Amino acid sequence: MTEKAADRKPLLSKKIDKFFAGLADAWNFVLRFFKELFVPPYEFKEVIHQCYRIGVESLPLISLTGFIVGIVFTNQSRPSLAEFGATSWLPSLISIAVVRAMGPLVTALIAAGKVGSSIGAEIASMKVTEQIDAMEVSATNPFKFLVVSRVIATTLMIPLLVMYTDFVALIGSFLSVNANEMVSMTTFFVQVFESISFLDITSSILKSLLFGFTIGIVGCYKGYHSSKGTEGVGRAANAAVVMAMFLIFIEELLVLQIVNAIRAF
Amino acid sequence: MREKVVEIRGLEKSFGDLDVLKDVNLELYKGENLVVLGKSGSGKSVLIKIMVGLLKQDSGSMNVLGREISTLKTKELNELRLRIGFSFQNSALYDSMTVRENMEFPLVRNVKNLSKKEITMKIEGLLDSVGLPQSINQMPSELSGGQKKRIGVARTLILEPEIMLYDEPTAGLDPITCGELNALINQVKDEYNTSSIVITHDLTCAKDTGDRVAVLLDGEFNAVGTFEEIFPNAEDPRIKSFYDYNFINS
Repeated sequence: MTEKAADRKPLLSKKIDKFFAGLADAWNFVLRFFKELFVPPYEFKEVIHQCYRIGVESLPLISLTGFIVGIVFTNQSRPSLAEFGATSWLPSLISIAVVRAMGPLVTALIAAGKVGSSIGAEIASMKVTEQIDAMEVSATNPFKFLVVSRVIATTLMIPLLVMYTDFVALIGSFLSVNANEMVSMTTFFVQVFESISFLDITSSILKSLLFGFTIGIVGCYKGYHSSKGTEGVGRAANAAVVMAMFLIFIEELLVLQIVNAIRAF
Repeated sequence: MREKVVEIRGLEKSFGDLDVLKDVNLELYKGENLVVLGKSGSGKSVLIKIMVGLLKQDSGSMNVLGREISTLKTKELNELRLRIGFSFQNSALYDSMTVRENMEFPLVRNVKNLSKKEITMKIEGLLDSVGLPQSINQMPSELSGGQKKRIGVARTLILEPEIMLYDEPTAGLDPITCGELNALINQVKDEYNTSSIVITHDLTCAKDTGDRVAVLLDGEFNAVGTFEEIFPNAEDPRIKSFYDYNFINS
C-alpha cells in the first residue's frame, strides 16, 4: 500500500492496525525476555538488588493491607454466617477465600500499583535521559540489566509476598474471630489448614508467579517503549499500572477456570 | 598520508518525510579533533548515533576503525563500541548509582579479571584527571551540570577508547565551565591519544577544540576546513550568520 493510500485509511482501521502492531511488539518483547534469560552474562547482583527493592520495601504496605483485609473480610462475613448459626465456619471460609483468591489478588494489585509504576517510571526516565543509550554504547546489554533482572525479581518476590499476605490476613482474621467467638489460635489454624488443599496452595503459588511476571514485564515494556519526553514518563507509569491490573484480573479468571476444571476432574 | 579512523560516504538518513542527512561525506583522521557545527535539528547528533549503531542509516557507508557499521552483527558492534567513547549531551549518568558505580558499570562488564584495587585505582586516576577526585561517592543528583559532563567523559574514558564522540559538550553551561570543558576535550586528546568528533553549535567550542571544523547545514556538509579557513570571512550567508550570531550578537 502506498503512503497516500495508508493516509486515507479510516480511523477505525488505523486503530486496529495500531492495536495489532502493539500486540506483536509486546509479544516480541516477551520472547526477547525468554531469549535473554538463558544467555550469559547474568546480572545476579542486580536481581538481588531488585528482589530487595520489590520484596523487602513492599513489606510495610503489604502487611497493613493484608491485616486489614483479614479483619474486614471476617467482619463482613460474620453476619451472613450468623443468620444460619454457622459462625464456627468462619476460619474455613476465610482461609479458602484468602488462599484461593484474595491473598494473590490483593498482593498483585498492590504490587502493580507500587512496583509496576515504579519500574515503568524508572525505565522510562532512563530512556528519556539517554541512560539506556549510554548502556548500549558501552557494550552492555540494557535489556538484560534492566528488564530481565526486574522481571525475574517480580516473578520471584510476588509469590513470597502472597504467602506473607495470606499469613498476615489470617492473623487479622484470627484476632477478629478470637475477640468475637472466643476461638483459640490452635483451633482457628487447625480449621484453616483442614479447609485448604494442596491444589489451593499450588494454584495460588502458580498464579502468583504469573502475576509477578505480568507486573514486571508490563512495567518494563511500558517504560522501555515510552516516548514524548518527561510526559512519557508519567504515561508509562500510569499505563504500567492500568495494563498490569487489567491483565491480572483476566489471568485470575483464566486460572480459576483451569483450577475448577482440575477440581471437577 | 594520515590514517583515517572514520570515513563516511554518501550517508543518508530520514525520519518519515524529513530528510535529516543527505549525501553526507566526511573523514576523521587519527589524532585530530573534528568539530561538527550546525543548527539545532540539523542532524549532527544523528550522525554520531549512526556511528555507534544507535541509529541505522538509510543508505551510504559509515566506516569506523575499518569496520562498516551497517554490516556488523551485535557482537561485532559491541566489540567496536568498546573502542568508541560517547559523551552524551545530558551526561546520561545512571542516576540510581554513585559516581564510582557509574564508572565501574562499563568496566566490570567489559574488562575481565580486574581486582577491586585495580578498579578503584583506575576510577580514582580518571576522576583526578577530570578534576573531580572528591566526587567518587556522590550521586549524580548532587553534581552540577559541568561536573556531570566531566564525570560522563571520565566514565567514557574508562574503557580507553580510540575515538571520542562528544554530543554538545558545552550546551547549557556557563562560559567559564564551557572553557573548562573545552580544555578537558583538548586534554583528553593529548593524554589519551584519541581522535574526536565534537558536535556543537557553539563557535567558541569549535575554535578552542577543533583541528578542523565541518559545517552541517540542510543535511549536507557545506564547508570543511580549519576554523580560520571557514570563518570569519565566510561567503555562504548561512555560515556567515552563524559566525555573526556567536561572535558579534552575543
